[in-house]
Amino acid sequence: MEGDLGLWAIPLAILGGAIRVSTPFLFVSLGEVLTERSGRINLGLEGTLVFGAMSGYAVAYLTGSAWAGVLAAAAAGSVFGLVHGVLCSLPRVNDIAIGIALMLLGMGLAFYFGKPFIQPVAPDLPAIPLGWWAESPQVQAALRVNVLFLVGIVAAVAVWWMFRATRVGLLIRVVGDSTDAARAMGLRPAVIRTLATAAGGAFAGVGGAYLSLFYPGSWNEGISSGQGLMAVALVIFARWNPIACFWAAILFGGAGALGPALQSVGVTEGYYLFYAAPYVLTLGVLIATSSPTRAMTGAPAELSITK
Amino acid sequence: MNHSPLSRRAVLKGGAALAGAAALAPLPQRAAASGNLTVGFIYVGPKDDFGYNQAHAEGAAAVKAMEGVTVVEEENVAETIDVQKSMESMINFDGTTLLFPTSFGYFDPHILEVAPKYPELRFQHCGGLWQEGVHPGNVGSYFGYIGMGQYLNGITAGHATQTGKIGFVAAKPIPQVLLNINSYLLGARAVDPSITCQVIFTGEWSLAVKEAEATNALADAGCDVVTCHVDGPKVVMETAASRGMFLNGYHADQSALGADKYLTGAEWNWAQVYTDMVRATMAGEPIPNFVRGGLAENFVKMSPLGPAVSDAARNQFEATRAEILKGGFAVIEGPLKDNRGNVIAAEGQAFEESDVALESMDYLVEGVVGSTS
Repeated sequence: MEGDLGLWAIPLAILGGAIRVSTPFLFVSLGEVLTERSGRINLGLEGTLVFGAMSGYAVAYLTGSAWAGVLAAAAAGSVFGLVHGVLCSLPRVNDIAIGIALMLLGMGLAFYFGKPFIQPVAPDLPAIPLGWWAESPQVQAALRVNVLFLVGIVAAVAVWWMFRATRVGLLIRVVGDSTDAARAMGLRPAVIRTLATAAGGAFAGVGGAYLSLFYPGSWNEGISSGQGLMAVALVIFARWNPIACFWAAILFGGAGALGPALQSVGVTEGYYLFYAAPYVLTLGVLIATSSPTRAMTGAPAELSITK
Repeated sequence: MNHSPLSRRAVLKGGAALAGAAALAPLPQRAAASGNLTVGFIYVGPKDDFGYNQAHAEGAAAVKAMEGVTVVEEENVAETIDVQKSMESMINFDGTTLLFPTSFGYFDPHILEVAPKYPELRFQHCGGLWQEGVHPGNVGSYFGYIGMGQYLNGITAGHATQTGKIGFVAAKPIPQVLLNINSYLLGARAVDPSITCQVIFTGEWSLAVKEAEATNALADAGCDVVTCHVDGPKVVMETAASRGMFLNGYHADQSALGADKYLTGAEWNWAQVYTDMVRATMAGEPIPNFVRGGLAENFVKMSPLGPAVSDAARNQFEATRAEILKGGFAVIEGPLKDNRGNVIAAEGQAFEESDVALESMDYLVEGVVGSTS
């Protein structure tokens, strides 16, 4: 049965969109939190995301297993992170410049190796039908939740707990807040930062695999359309807090669904404006929480953009 | 204070090698230079996108198979200064004398900028409105009446829909897209005049996630047949199939993506158009500056009808196609209003498929739920 939901379609679409669209944002921003908390910025995650999407799709197609694709994407992502980490450990190398170079390299390599995989159809990741109780097909469709989304929630809590309560988390935070203090403690900041960047890259790779293996669920060269860059910006928006990253990702996913949903219920004027909604929201929140007198709360002190 | 185990020279060497590899990767593929006519094709996206670019690339492949022709191709060229650079490099490095920059946005200002510099070369653009006296004489425009294909799509959709609502995922409200939307609805209304068509604009030619969201929004709004006008329909088709909707293809054959849900599709047949133009050029004959054609001229074709198409639908489809093949068929026919209530065609007024007025369309007809801005 196809019931007419009327205006209820909008909140439902926003909820569905939030669940469907937010996962890549969540993974990339979690990865970036890990990296930035250690004192480096990896702007290359857009390239990592696209390469993860390609490699995940390719491996899933070749092996017939979507989960093998996710693992391959994570591995490819960590290689990109490792390259970034190692290059930035060299003296007088700028992490932002390397990030941009790796972003372009990642996209170029993904397009180059991805050519033969645009046409074939790879297996999809499974979804859990959490809407089984509902009669309405719209509700059922909105609540088809992918396993990676749940993994993302668990990962957000785990990363938050790691920073708060574990030795590893403390090491990353020390390195991110003061290189000198870390050295005095006998730590090797470059090694810790490199490992954190590699782990961050793995997260971004998984985000890419979600794009190509679940939603929208195919590999093509326009698959990301800048989501990796947005997710990096989300980290600042979320004040380097993994739990806040989750909410920010949900917010952006839902806001992205607003434009199509409004058009589908007949609010058709000014759709370009609705599409800009997430960005207006970001500007608004950043302005509202900014302060001329103190540095950004939660910002790691060693970060090159906030130093 | 160089603590690193790598010397700076080693890093520089590695970096240079990496940069070299990266620079080599996106070079346009070149066939061996053997022919005496070099033809260049430029695409805005990947040439195997199940859509707009694939349709053109299939045409280019047919040209490549011709005797004495060398084809140069470049894909993923943005509608910016980039396409001017691509054209310049095809002309100056590859000796291309006939160019097909295929994307709509390449025309103004990019082709209009480059073409006057090379008056002896020929620039053929898809979809632009070339005007005598306004635009350079070495620029030509070609396009097909694919709206007719969307009208036939609409007939199969009109028979397939249970809810009386069909959906359209559109990129931008330009005349060709609006004509397709209007034709799709009017085709469905030829079956049942109470059918409505919900349109969602994504705002860009290729935005995978937004196209998937738009398709889901259409499904949520109760549409059970969908078509689209975006560069690569793959995402729309796959998402719609996963929501159990019937599919009408566009640009290229997407029956592989929808299995038994695929009704039919409106496809380009550029192989015919391009080989004709190249043959004319090699024979030294002029190509007209303004070339148009439809189903009858073989510019446009339909995908084979899918298994879900009923006998009644098949009969009406075939009868209408025969009518269109005779020429002079009008989709926009009075009395007809737009969806704001303005009269666009009075009683007895009709715009035939070849009417140039259709190429500056700026309205959605009554029954389309959507807005052009």
